[in-house]
Amino acid sequence: MHGRPRKAPTEEEQEASVVKGAKLRSIQAKFFQFHHTNTYTKEALEVNAKLLEMNPEFITGWNYRKLAVQYHLEAAQSDEDSIKSILDEELKVVESALMTNFKSYGAWHHRKWVLNMGHSSTDREMFLLKKFQKLDARNFHAWNYRRFVTALKNIPDEEELQYTTDMIYENFSNYSAWHNRSVLLSRLLKEEVEGYYPKEKVLTEEFEFVRNALFTDPDDQSGWFYHLWLLDQTVKLEHLPVSSWPPNGSNVNVSDYCALSPSLSSISRTLPLILCFSEAVGGINSSTVSVVCESNMDSNLIWTPISVDKSGLARTWLTYLTFSSEPMHPSRNYLVKVSIANSEGIVSSAGFCCSNPSHMAFTICLPSSNTEFDEGPDIERIDWSEENFSSNQLHSENLGLINSFNELTISGGNKKTYETNAKIIADEIAYCRELLSEMDCKIGKLTLARLLLAYDALSSASRGVQDQNMFQYKEILELYHDLMKLDPPHFQYYKDQYSLVFLKQELANEESLLKYCYQYRDSTSLSNNSLCLCLRGLSLSQIGCIERLLWVQMLDLSNNGIRSIEGLESLQLLCCLNLSNNKICSFSALEPLRLLKSLKVLDISHNEIGAHPIDTRRYLCASPLSHASDWKREEFVVSGPEMTIYWDAFSIFSGLNLRQLSVTGNPIADKKFKLFLCKLLPAMKWLDDEKLR
Amino acid sequence: MTYMAAEEDEGPPRIEPTSFDLIVVGTGLPESIIAAAAASAGKTVLQINPDPYYHSPFASLSPKDLISFLHLHSATTSDHDYTDFRTVDSPTDQTTDSSFNILPLSTRPLYSSVEVHVYSPEKVLDDSLQKEFNLDLAGPRVLFCADPMVDLIVDVDVQNCMSFMSVDTSYCIYDECRKGKGGGLLWNSVPGSRNAIFRDRSLSLKEKNQLMRFFKLLQAHYHSNSKSSTMTSNEEDDENNSSMKITPEDLETPFVEFLTCKIRLSPKLTSIILYAITMADYEQDNVEACKKDIVKTKVGIDRLMLYHKSVGRFRGATGAMLYPIYGQGELAHFFCRRAAIMGGISITQMPVVGLLVDKDVGNYKGVKLVTGQELFSHHLILAPTFVIPPGLTTPSVSPQDVYYDFVQQDAREKVVRGICITDNSFKPDVANCLVFYTPKSLCPDQMTSVRIFQLSSNVRACPSGMFVVYLSTICGDVVQGKRSINAAIEALFSTSVSGNSEDNSRDPLRENTVVKVKPTLLWSTLYIQELIMGGFDCVSSTPMPDGNLQYSHVVDAALKLFQKMYPDDEFFPKKMPWWNEVVENGACLSEG
Repeated sequence: MHGRPRKAPTEEEQEASVVKGAKLRSIQAKFFQFHHTNTYTKEALEVNAKLLEMNPEFITGWNYRKLAVQYHLEAAQSDEDSIKSILDEELKVVESALMTNFKSYGAWHHRKWVLNMGHSSTDREMFLLKKFQKLDARNFHAWNYRRFVTALKNIPDEEELQYTTDMIYENFSNYSAWHNRSVLLSRLLKEEVEGYYPKEKVLTEEFEFVRNALFTDPDDQSGWFYHLWLLDQTVKLEHLPVSSWPPNGSNVNVSDYCALSPSLSSISRTLPLILCFSEAVGGINSSTVSVVCESNMDSNLIWTPISVDKSGLARTWLTYLTFSSEPMHPSRNYLVKVSIANSEGIVSSAGFCCSNPSHMAFTICLPSSNTEFDEGPDIERIDWSEENFSSNQLHSENLGLINSFNELTISGGNKKTYETNAKIIADEIAYCRELLSEMDCKIGKLTLARLLLAYDALSSASRGVQDQNMFQYKEILELYHDLMKLDPPHFQYYKDQYSLVFLKQELANEESLLKYCYQYRDSTSLSNNSLCLCLRGLSLSQIGCIERLLWVQMLDLSNNGIRSIEGLESLQLLCCLNLSNNKICSFSALEPLRLLKSLKVLDISHNEIGAHPIDTRRYLCASPLSHASDWKREEFVVSGPEMTIYWDAFSIFSGLNLRQLSVTGNPIADKKFKLFLCKLLPAMKWLDDEKLR
Repeated sequence: MTYMAAEEDEGPPRIEPTSFDLIVVGTGLPESIIAAAAASAGKTVLQINPDPYYHSPFASLSPKDLISFLHLHSATTSDHDYTDFRTVDSPTDQTTDSSFNILPLSTRPLYSSVEVHVYSPEKVLDDSLQKEFNLDLAGPRVLFCADPMVDLIVDVDVQNCMSFMSVDTSYCIYDECRKGKGGGLLWNSVPGSRNAIFRDRSLSLKEKNQLMRFFKLLQAHYHSNSKSSTMTSNEEDDENNSSMKITPEDLETPFVEFLTCKIRLSPKLTSIILYAITMADYEQDNVEACKKDIVKTKVGIDRLMLYHKSVGRFRGATGAMLYPIYGQGELAHFFCRRAAIMGGISITQMPVVGLLVDKDVGNYKGVKLVTGQELFSHHLILAPTFVIPPGLTTPSVSPQDVYYDFVQQDAREKVVRGICITDNSFKPDVANCLVFYTPKSLCPDQMTSVRIFQLSSNVRACPSGMFVVYLSTICGDVVQGKRSINAAIEALFSTSVSGNSEDNSRDPLRENTVVKVKPTLLWSTLYIQELIMGGFDCVSSTPMPDGNLQYSHVVDAALKLFQKMYPDDEFFPKKMPWWNEVVENGACLSEG
């Protein structure tokens, strides 16, 4: 069924198809007559059966049959025999349709529909399946139906698992068999069926099984897909590291961060509290996360998921701690205690519930002098040129704020499991190396890179600390580097992975992180903390390691190859962002910026916005056509005729309060566009190099 | 011995007509193929079975018949005594026409040193059981699904008369001890296909990878060869640049060198490929021992490709090899039947006593039957048991064409064959399987590989509950050849009653993979078969079964003889007027 070249029809075949077409049309006409008059006589059903046998793809025909069956069943009342004969007839019609085309969706569906009524025997189904699976062992219709029938017949999963083993032994390039194996095993593992526990034992055996396929023919993809699934099962742990801002043990001066609050209330002072999880979670609220402060603090916290979608799940969650302006002791530090997973309710996107609470604490001080931050007219333009940045001498207090990543973990897993699984991965790494020593193999290299990364994650989880050992990263980077050369069609994927690992390596510890920190020349021009994380010219294509960067307010990502800024929305303190000289193709690629409410300075000059007539990212982005959008229609209509052209720019910028924006060097940035921006952003003081007002 | 039942009543029956295009004396496989081919080409053909046993030396017989056949055709005194022990002294010298001379036709012994051991006479020799045995005289022998013999059957067998059974599996026994790796003999299953490699439990992962890559290289090589060198092949060249290529120089090197040095296969894989897939006879990495039988890379690759094409050719066949149900004799029988369907005449149990020769020139003219009847033909094909009498001249054929060697084999070589009937299989759950003992794996002077083929009752080789095992090896030295076979029998079987064995010091098999209890021998026989080659002349003769596992030499000989006789005719023309229904490849081969 696979790999058969299509042949042009011969003259005879063409003639035959013309004849068949004419015949089909005449039967179809007859059928429609019956259908439109709701005629369900024996004759009508025979015409329909003939039609479906000739053309099983005819969905209307199947729907008609369903109506007819319902009609006759009603007439049959509860006479078991006549019900059975009605349904048996249906099974026969389906069977002959499947003989014509066993990949007909309509026919398989009809069969399921009939069997679901529960009046028919399922004995024949296994026989039928055997026949179809012999014809084409990979046919996913048959495999789907097999799952349906086995569920109906209550065939134990173990038995079905053995069937997949047999099928794989027959031909290990059978995706469907491997897939069904993963489905069955997932269930067996979850239910901890006897013989399928502990999970580690099963995983080890499965790795060994698939290893034979990988070594025998590394060019065959089906085994690798299963291997990837196994790897995923091995790494998937009930382990959820959390980082926070303010970091555990830090001391924060609330007034430094007042500017970041959504409402500049003079009465109360606010401090953002950010939690960043290793994967998207839901259920963060004032009962699952408790925050207790010695000082007067509004305890009614509202947590916001920082996410572009509306799923209610997000990696990063934000709330504002509000302190009343009642006199506090200026020189005193007040303790804030945070307990995450205080009560059950946090659910990760992978589906496990976090029940092990994790605690952290930081101190705040509230200076008595109410140094109200004010954006005066004399505020200076941020100049990103290199001479304005000097390598920094960090104050010890700042250091505490940078080190936002701590070892908070909310999880239910036990360390022993991590160790066993790390051992499994270590074995796989050794086998993968053996394979690569025999032959050059792209998928082998990619798998090795994934395994090394998985090993890193597991071993750090088992030790409870982030692995400080860099050699693994170096090898992973080399692998991706090789892959970029070996496999140009997938260059961008490897490049993205490379960027993520590279950032992991560079930002993994304080020492190397500090190498990228610079002091902006004039700290007064910024409200506070003029420390800039400078990741320019590193040929990054995307951002990663976000959980270590929650403290960043000024970020330079210029001169990279960035196409996507996914994840950047987590940097809720971000004020100034330089994305110039990258490969951003559209405004929709900038969507995460919409969530950065503190952003004041943005440089997106010298990108490719407007250069590509087709925006391949648009479907991911909120648009007036997308229901996920939070657009207000009225707003959209009033903003003038340019809106129809610049709606995507509008969607990004309308919610921001930018003071400075550079767009030059993008094909879209003509005079008209700049005028549009001026209208859109009334608070803007600089557009490109020009001072506006 | 009675030749024909009707003899006494009506006198000797007369055969009409008396003149044919071709007379074939013998019903062995090559004779039968030629008879069928000639009849299909529209020739008038008479096929005479001179022997009480059909299809010899390719017959399948009961144990009793087998032994009496072997004794009938074996040397009684010495190997070189070609006396005609059956010469009929009926009126031979008189002919009805004085223009012919009669050259008496004599036979020669085909077998020698026949040994029979009966351990359980009640289980094997009981008269009622004889019909349930089909023992092959020329075993072990199998069909490869893609070999010329199967092609021939597929072409000819339009009515789907033949049925076959798959050979379940093959094992290669290779002495790792000798290669300095652990000890003992290991049963390695022979992985001939991608999935067999995947399933295999004896190969290391590295070996699996190496072997599959080698197979892929072969496929690529085969495809690039089969494709004409057009411009488009450039693209593929670029694609395959990273992988190795087989150069014309490589093709001329010894295969063993190619496998070990170029492909870098492990010794185990090399042995499996050499002895269990390409079926090399002599030890390939011993230059001295295999001077005469060095498998070149080209030959090795061709045989491997045959193996690969065989796997999966037929939907019902699980492996590369097939075996005809009811035994090898069925194949010859099938072609005899074909000859008859195409209008050939066949007479049975009719000894031929002499050849009619032109008095003046000495040309062949016809044959004289034991009944005294003279029959004439343009061509004559004789079974290998007959000695072509001296004094026959060959007018039209140039000297170098007179004798054609169908197989290049040392004239002194013989085949030692053994047949064992046992009570159990080597391996549980395996009915029909091949076993290859690589050279020197049984005893130090085992010069050639020993091939073993176990069959069960599911191919009607024997009554159910028993197994038939064929063994063979080629040898220059008969004593040494027999020692190898005996060593194999001893390694594989136990005897409840101790039979006579020459060597009791063999190590027992390593019991890690083989069944714990060795099967018990019920009956066995050992014999040496001459390797007589065929030749072409006005009187042509067909070859004896060779020492190989396949039938390629038979098809080859039949084809060559046919083409020499009828250079303008097609060997089994594909389009017969009444063969309208073209049967797709394999459809007519059923699983049995």
